[in-house]
Amino acid sequence: MSTSQTTTTEHHPALAHQFDSMEQQQEASTFGMWVFLLTEIMMFGGLFTAYLIYRLKYYPAFVAGSTSISVSWGFANTLVLIASSFTMAMTVWAAQNGRRKTQVWLLLATMVLGAAFLGVKAKEYYDKWDECHIPGHVIGKGFNAWGGCSATNKSLGNIAEEIRDPKEHGNPNVTEVSAEQTAKQTEIFFSFYFAMTGLHAFHMVIGLGLLAWLLIRAKSGEFGPAYYTPIELGGLYWHFVDIVWIFLFPLLYLISRHQHGV
Amino acid sequence: MAQHSEQEHKHPTPGLYLLILAALVVGTCLTWGIAFVDLGIFNPVVALTIAVIKAVLVILFFMHVYYSSKLTKLTIAAGFFWLLIMITMSLSDYLTRHFLPQ
Repeated sequence: MSTSQTTTTEHHPALAHQFDSMEQQQEASTFGMWVFLLTEIMMFGGLFTAYLIYRLKYYPAFVAGSTSISVSWGFANTLVLIASSFTMAMTVWAAQNGRRKTQVWLLLATMVLGAAFLGVKAKEYYDKWDECHIPGHVIGKGFNAWGGCSATNKSLGNIAEEIRDPKEHGNPNVTEVSAEQTAKQTEIFFSFYFAMTGLHAFHMVIGLGLLAWLLIRAKSGEFGPAYYTPIELGGLYWHFVDIVWIFLFPLLYLISRHQHGV
Repeated sequence: MAQHSEQEHKHPTPGLYLLILAALVVGTCLTWGIAFVDLGIFNPVVALTIAVIKAVLVILFFMHVYYSSKLTKLTIAAGFFWLLIMITMSLSDYLTRHFLPQ
């Protein structure tokens, strides 16, 4: 009886009974989180692979679609997300060193930056709605590849037409199709754009939810040098979402940019 | 075992985090600037190389993989290897289809 009492008082309250030590518990949690993140990588990886294949197949249409999204907003958002990853990494450092107030402020800063990213994303989505670049005919005024939908509506069909000559770019994967078909293919680019950035933004929303939950727990002083696993795992998730964007930014915004202006 | 626990207790410092942040910002500016220069087929290559370097920096230091156990490192490496199989196998099919007479 007395032995078991000593054991319970010796243990950190956060130590689950199946683990020998806090280190072992954190090791198991981190490992489990990484296995989950690898399944996430395969999910996004499937989208990235499909995007690359369709880009090869419908190259002019994908250049037209890609150059119609705002590279400046994408660039700004990349910096915002990188900054949020930095504040998240610093949150883990603050928890490790028992700086509870700093930890709470850094969590808040990460959330503000994450919200700023989503705000910019919403602005970009609104622009696409305004330009009639939402695929299909359910949302907004219907997809319009030929311009004239609004004052800022660019003609994707004309841009695709300009770079349509397959011999000039030495891409034999591009088959000769009518201008009408090329314009239709820009809709496929935007299907990918919204699927990939949408899934990413959805992960950001979940990430903000996780951070809010961590913030409440951090405020109560739950995390310190002996136990900060939830902060560490929340950080892993947040950095993973950052890495997805690190690849989305060049693939969606940048790699076709040299073909057609700003 | 002694080396293992020594690794566990080593944590990155704010100075290192700042350095990584600076490297990520420089990488982002670089990839943005180069995107407007016509490098032909090398535009995607350069953009993706910079993206991979940025991702590796985030994984190793922000995500503490550099300091984690061999089991975690091996698992992550295996995961990325599987991702590479998916991408290279799929693309090697689609990229070479025109080699055959239509």
